[in-house]
Amino acid sequence: MKRQLALTATIAAAALVLTGCSGGGSAGDEGGADATINIGSLYEPQNLSNTGGGGQGVTEALSGNVYEGLYKLTDDGEVEPLLAADDEVSEDGLTYTITLRDDVEFHSGDPLTAADVKSSVEAVTAEDSQSARKSSLDVIDAIETPDEHTVVFTLSQRSISFIYNLSYVSIVNDAATDLKTSVDGTGPYTLDEWKRGSTLSLTRWDDYWGDPAKNAEVVFHYFTDATSQNNALISGQIDIITSVQSPDALSQFDGNDDYVVNDGSSTTKELLAFNDRVEPFDNALVRKAVYSAIDREKLLNSIWGDYGQLIGSMVPPTDPWYVDLSDVNPYDPELAKDELAEAGYADGFSFTLDTPSYDPHPAVAEFLKSELAKVGITVEINTITADEWYTKVFQDRDFEATLQEHVNDRDVVWYGNPDFYWGYDNADVQKWVAEAEQAKTTDEQTELLTKVNRQIAEDAASVWLYLYPQIVVAASDVSGYPVNGLNSQFYAYDIVKK
Amino acid sequence: MPAYLIRRFAFLVLSLVVALVVIFVLLRLLPGDPANALLSVNATPEQIAAARAQVGSDRPLAEQFATWAGQMLRFDLGESYISGLPVLPEVLARLQITLPLTVLGFLLALAIALVAGVAAAVGSNRWYGTLLNGFAQVGIAIPVFWIGIILVWVFALQLGMLPSGGFPRDDWEAPGDALTALTLPIITIAVVMSASLTRYVRAATLDVLGSGYLRTARAGGAGMAQALWRHGVRNGSVPVIAILGIELSTTLLGAVVIESVFTLPGLGNMLLDAIAQHDYPNIQGILVVSTLFVLLVGFAADIAQRLVDPRLRLSVSGNR
Repeated sequence: MKRQLALTATIAAAALVLTGCSGGGSAGDEGGADATINIGSLYEPQNLSNTGGGGQGVTEALSGNVYEGLYKLTDDGEVEPLLAADDEVSEDGLTYTITLRDDVEFHSGDPLTAADVKSSVEAVTAEDSQSARKSSLDVIDAIETPDEHTVVFTLSQRSISFIYNLSYVSIVNDAATDLKTSVDGTGPYTLDEWKRGSTLSLTRWDDYWGDPAKNAEVVFHYFTDATSQNNALISGQIDIITSVQSPDALSQFDGNDDYVVNDGSSTTKELLAFNDRVEPFDNALVRKAVYSAIDREKLLNSIWGDYGQLIGSMVPPTDPWYVDLSDVNPYDPELAKDELAEAGYADGFSFTLDTPSYDPHPAVAEFLKSELAKVGITVEINTITADEWYTKVFQDRDFEATLQEHVNDRDVVWYGNPDFYWGYDNADVQKWVAEAEQAKTTDEQTELLTKVNRQIAEDAASVWLYLYPQIVVAASDVSGYPVNGLNSQFYAYDIVKK
Repeated sequence: MPAYLIRRFAFLVLSLVVALVVIFVLLRLLPGDPANALLSVNATPEQIAAARAQVGSDRPLAEQFATWAGQMLRFDLGESYISGLPVLPEVLARLQITLPLTVLGFLLALAIALVAGVAAAVGSNRWYGTLLNGFAQVGIAIPVFWIGIILVWVFALQLGMLPSGGFPRDDWEAPGDALTALTLPIITIAVVMSASLTRYVRAATLDVLGSGYLRTARAGGAGMAQALWRHGVRNGSVPVIAILGIELSTTLLGAVVIESVFTLPGLGNMLLDAIAQHDYPNIQGILVVSTLFVLLVGFAADIAQRLVDPRLRLSVSGNR
């Protein structure tokens, strides 16, 4: 045993010397086109399938990098053709004829055909699909493939966001099997190796049809807590953190020339969601009173410091139907008391707030409790796991009010569904949402959804507490990374390291 | 001895069976549904039903247990709900990190404890004995993750000598890198574990020092070192071996915490992920394997104790 220990000590000491000079600065030595980009993330995929419960980690690591769609959503929120060379929409808006590029191959060497597109879209709409986009593509009636490079979608009704929704569909080789553990896409990188609990590495693919990636290799390093992730950036093991989830750590990067802190646009909204079906929250006046009783600016500041933004509705600034509504329900405790009195609750009331146990919800709940106490409302905080939230609140709707973050863009349309968990039921809003989807022009769609936006704010359908910031921190010698993280995607092919 | 071996082994098997039942039942008492992990906030009722059918949570508990117990008998730990991968190979892969971390951390702790413990006992009336004993007292009170955080801050962030976490992508094919990655975690575990071990070694040594046989040996002309070596070590090691079994198991638990501080892709991090995702097959698989580890260590410690101390052997066979 002694000898073994001595050996261990010797190797450890040697290793110490070897690694002694590599601390600080940026990971790896090679720059330019041969560079390896090391990316830190908190979102390891659960498996590699887009439609089989892989989670947001799959989108982050694979979308646009390994898999591509017919269209792509750029970091600015624009939709551009990618694998689609051309598209044609019929007069009635029900038939989309899409021509595919004819120079595209999968990593396995198979050419991209219309059949691959058909099977990829069908995987999203399949009965057992776990894709969050499933319902948005339900509008598809039939998919035909008249020839190798033409796909014809027939819709049951007009859908102005059809092309946009297609941008979320990864095109997968229809011959590929076991998509939870392997991949076969058309993107600029192939999957090199996924070491569970640790790293997922992508290698530049030399036969890519488009512009080649500007770096040779991308390695996603997965962390379970933010502190280790920050430490890895400081000690030079990673170059970029895709999404900072707590402001505490930012002070060590802010104002330091070795790092760049990017404050991008987020689509994640922190909601105090009422169950609009139950008393007293079935009364809009009560909801407005709660809204006005909360000092959102103070809340946002206490959680995110100078980052983040106040919103007055479900719509983030990157959605086309955004208008600044943060003053529709101003912070005004006196107004709140008047509204409560008018609604018949002059003496206040009490309710249970189902609070997910992970950050930032518990802190937000405590803040709300003290704010609402000032206008006579007693909040009972009930802490639950994410899992319980799903069963109790989302499925069984057995709640009075809850906290939840909603991450997607363009998700104001859920207020048009009276069966959604929050139970907001307004016939006008339902009509506008339906009409917006069937609009002939995007102007018309934008006009209708702006009306929805204003109406839900007037009704205080929920309390939209604030918009999360989207913060990417990177070593200052890397550039070309996305900063907005729309739909959790993280295109890595333009990242360069000096 | 053979009779004892058989009885001890039967007890091992029985413990394992009880553990299996407890693990299964406790997990089912958790609120929520494993199917939820597969779903998004936009899920439709059909998606929910499909997810429940996929993970089997729509079937009765007894049926789920029967299926699982049947798999156990065939050494099949099942497949993860979330990743769809078989559990056993994944657990074995993770053990490549957790096991060396546990064993090396423990051996280092033991080495420190033997030296410090004996010194503390021999010098119990001197300044260094008091000092060592004081360190051991304080060490027991310090949480393992705190030591980890301090070591990261000093050696990784300030001095830049060692990585702040992670494990090389080539695993043990790059043994130097792998050991480098494990250096701080191993030291962390050793520091914390050596504190309690030092106290046991010190107590055992004090017992030996005060014993009649040692005085007799010394009266017979043996020097202090010789007397301790020939008579003290064997006698003193009996209680220490019993403790070592327990402490080695504790080290495994410490490794679980430490892995998350150092972002090591070992069993501990796998367990935390699995719990967060309600991935029952993974949680069960990890618990079964770690329970087996603890039971086997206990088994080995009991046997070792008998080999070292003939009195235990005699008393048992004499009673029967």
